[in-house]
Amino acid sequence: MSALTALARLEAVAARRARPLATVRHCHLSATPLVVIPLRLAGEAGAPLAVMLGGARDEPVLLAVPQPRNRDLRFAFAAELGKVLLEYVEASRGVAEDLGPSKDGEDRVRYTGAPQLVLPNTGGVAFLRLLGRSTRFRRTEGEHAVEPAVPALGRWLTWFAERRDRPGSSLTLALTEALRLHWATGQSSVEDANLAALLGWIDPPDGLDGPAAATIAEDPARTPPAGPATDPKFDNDVLAPAIAAFDEGADGAGERVREALRTQLAPTWELCWRALDLLAALPEGASVAGRWERDRDAFTHFHQTFAEGVPQARRDSAVGAARRLHRLERAQESYEAQRAFDDPLVMAEYRLEGLAFGGTVTEADPERLDESGKRPKLRPRLRVATEDPLRLEPGATVCDAARPKVKGKIVEYGAGEVLVELTGGLGKKLTPEPGTVPEAGARVVFTSVTEGSFGPARFPEHEETPWTHGGPPAEYVPDARDAGEAWS
Amino acid sequence: MTVDPATAADAVVAAVLADLDAGHRGIVVDSPPGAGKSTLVVRATAHLAAAGERTMIVAQTNEQVDDLIERIAARHPDVTVGRLSAAGYAPSERVRAAPSVKVAGKADDLADRAVVIATAAKWATLSEGSWPWAIVDEAYQMRSDMLLRIAGRFERALFVGDPGQLDPFSTVEVERWTGLAWDPMRSAVSVLLAHNPNLPVHRLPVSWRLPASAAPVVARAFYPFTGFRSGTGPGDRRLEYGAGGMGTTYDRALDEAASSGWALYELPARHALRTDAEAVRATAALAVRLLQRGPVAHSELGSHPVRADRVAIGAAHRDQVTAIRAALGEHGEGITVDTANRLQGREYDVTVVLHPLSGRRDATAFHLEAGRLCVLASRHRHACLVVARAGIPELLDAHPSAEPVHLGVPVKFPDGWEANQAVLAHLAEHRVRAEA
Repeated sequence: MSALTALARLEAVAARRARPLATVRHCHLSATPLVVIPLRLAGEAGAPLAVMLGGARDEPVLLAVPQPRNRDLRFAFAAELGKVLLEYVEASRGVAEDLGPSKDGEDRVRYTGAPQLVLPNTGGVAFLRLLGRSTRFRRTEGEHAVEPAVPALGRWLTWFAERRDRPGSSLTLALTEALRLHWATGQSSVEDANLAALLGWIDPPDGLDGPAAATIAEDPARTPPAGPATDPKFDNDVLAPAIAAFDEGADGAGERVREALRTQLAPTWELCWRALDLLAALPEGASVAGRWERDRDAFTHFHQTFAEGVPQARRDSAVGAARRLHRLERAQESYEAQRAFDDPLVMAEYRLEGLAFGGTVTEADPERLDESGKRPKLRPRLRVATEDPLRLEPGATVCDAARPKVKGKIVEYGAGEVLVELTGGLGKKLTPEPGTVPEAGARVVFTSVTEGSFGPARFPEHEETPWTHGGPPAEYVPDARDAGEAWS
Repeated sequence: MTVDPATAADAVVAAVLADLDAGHRGIVVDSPPGAGKSTLVVRATAHLAAAGERTMIVAQTNEQVDDLIERIAARHPDVTVGRLSAAGYAPSERVRAAPSVKVAGKADDLADRAVVIATAAKWATLSEGSWPWAIVDEAYQMRSDMLLRIAGRFERALFVGDPGQLDPFSTVEVERWTGLAWDPMRSAVSVLLAHNPNLPVHRLPVSWRLPASAAPVVARAFYPFTGFRSGTGPGDRRLEYGAGGMGTTYDRALDEAASSGWALYELPARHALRTDAEAVRATAALAVRLLQRGPVAHSELGSHPVRADRVAIGAAHRDQVTAIRAALGEHGEGITVDTANRLQGREYDVTVVLHPLSGRRDATAFHLEAGRLCVLASRHRHACLVVARAGIPELLDAHPSAEPVHLGVPVKFPDGWEANQAVLAHLAEHRVRAEA
């Protein structure tokens, strides 16, 4: 935990209310999200019990499995869920924008919209990942055939789960995580994983403070858990008898199970929408749209290749794993840098660590030329008065947080002053482009945080996997044995 | 002990060189701290050059590349060396000084060179060209995804490295590959051996750097199954001060370090910030006081005064390093202060270490990592002083390592928790308490 986060949490304890950690919203919020609250059967890692989902606050759709141990009922549920999800995906994509041909001359398009799944917590996301894994290999013909919507659901859920590993992606939001990115509470991170308690600290109901609201939230009788695990007392006293009645074929027993589950899901449904309201009230960070564009690119690609694709392999190949790690590390670096550029409160963390400094420009020489080489080079210099505890050495590369393309290096540092020489991002002429060099008196922040240190990397092709990594892998061909995976 | 250290070490080197001619696809050499790893790389390079094989050498940092070039050029001036480097690289003085070395940004310009050397990152930018042999230095510090990117450039390879040092790391946390033989987060050597279990693995048996006082401690804590011994015997290395002490706790700690090779300067127990002002001050003061007392080192190589460039201070975090640098001021000018990651592979006469667990409330996997402590405790030729707050053994007892065990992942030895306890138990015999 960083020093500023620790401070914010201490202040939250003292104030009995959450403290902000961000001044802008760092995740994209879709105008038409799909809120999904899954529940699973206690004691069964992959057996779905119910899901409440929908894109409208007053129209939650409840899907439930009256007997989760019955394989046919579970697949019927998966097929229903698949249909709802596919319908949502199709509705969310908008139209295809033409981006002009790529370097290789191929036509590029990007959908104007993309789906966004909103779950109450990371446990729910993990359950969807598992559900995706257990449905994507199902066969639609032969023995144990299932409806086509089942493997389609599996492939989409797997895609959502894999895309979520990418830092800065907003296609799947876990609300506890999204809220914690923007607020610090006075409770532990384990307690923060409870959506109701977290919301209690951030936005307590009238007449209550954070701890009091969190206490109510922790009582499963008053606030049912947000899933995917259910309250054991509910399991024993309500759910088990209802399922037993269904097994005995009692009249209306299926409906009884559904209604019981609805009581557990409805409060969380309301909480999810409240959490979305809170996030929506924050202004969007400047880089959020750019990251959402990457999400839309990924969505467009997956959607367009869905028909000819096969289920995602169970394991990454050696080359696939290395490529993915590289992509994730690049995304992580640029996500962290962009958040700092977008948000002074996030940048304050780096300033405290000495990786950034802010202050007023006391002297500016915007047209200074370095004539030591063969050709003169534009090298403006700035003197910045700062009280920040800078820990960068002279020679360190920095960029202007307000214009990250403007690069420079530290020439001297001492006695509350930093001399910065700008080296790039000023245009191609020997005089700087207007607006690139700060004037005397301007407030500036420079930082060594950058989003471009990971360049694109070259990897061998799959068929050229070297002997050090086991040699080329056999090509993946889906076959009947894939479907042999157990459901729970 | 029946065989003298030099003979034992020579036997291993000879076996490695013999394996180079034996048609193996890969050879792994494990080297404890200061066991002559670089010397082995130089000898293997010369051996391959003499056999007429073109060789590529892969190092992890530009500094390591330059170190190797300097050694090869000095020892084998007849071997033509090419240094492949990125566009912005300005050759350092020691590289320019060697007439047998040519620097270029493109591999084609170095086609005539018997040996081409570059960092792994630079090698990874090449998309063609092939060398019959590669020597990969510090292979345990290279991630396996990097090996994947460069493995197409060579047919056979010699991997040299220290398994006890810090593992490579990633900025993202992903569990998706845990247990896979080609997990990109694992080290190059562990992935190589997972797919090629029959490759010969050699171990250099003698540390020439660590003194007789340190080798058994480090070997027991960090290399419990393979072990190694020191190349020098008790009494071969001595540290003396020109000026006597004044009886302060700093002086007593320095005297203890001079006589036993180790000292634990213990501050009162307290939970502190990472940049614990008292601990930082004590760490810097010990190093400055050391220099003030005019230390002279006597060893098998002769006697020399220990100046600032032969002293290093190690810490776990960068902010600690910055704080210690600031505390050193001008009296400590020239002393190296760095994190464990950046001290890897370096050697000094005396080191002062701020213990990674000093003043902490918890012991995380980062702070418990055996490699971190191993690096910090094995950089010295004469003495190592550790600064720590009291209470670390109790902290360790309160935080047993609770990392989950995964299928398909080899159990990591040594266990960081156990290694920490072993080192602390030894240090406790050399404790000097600061005045409260």
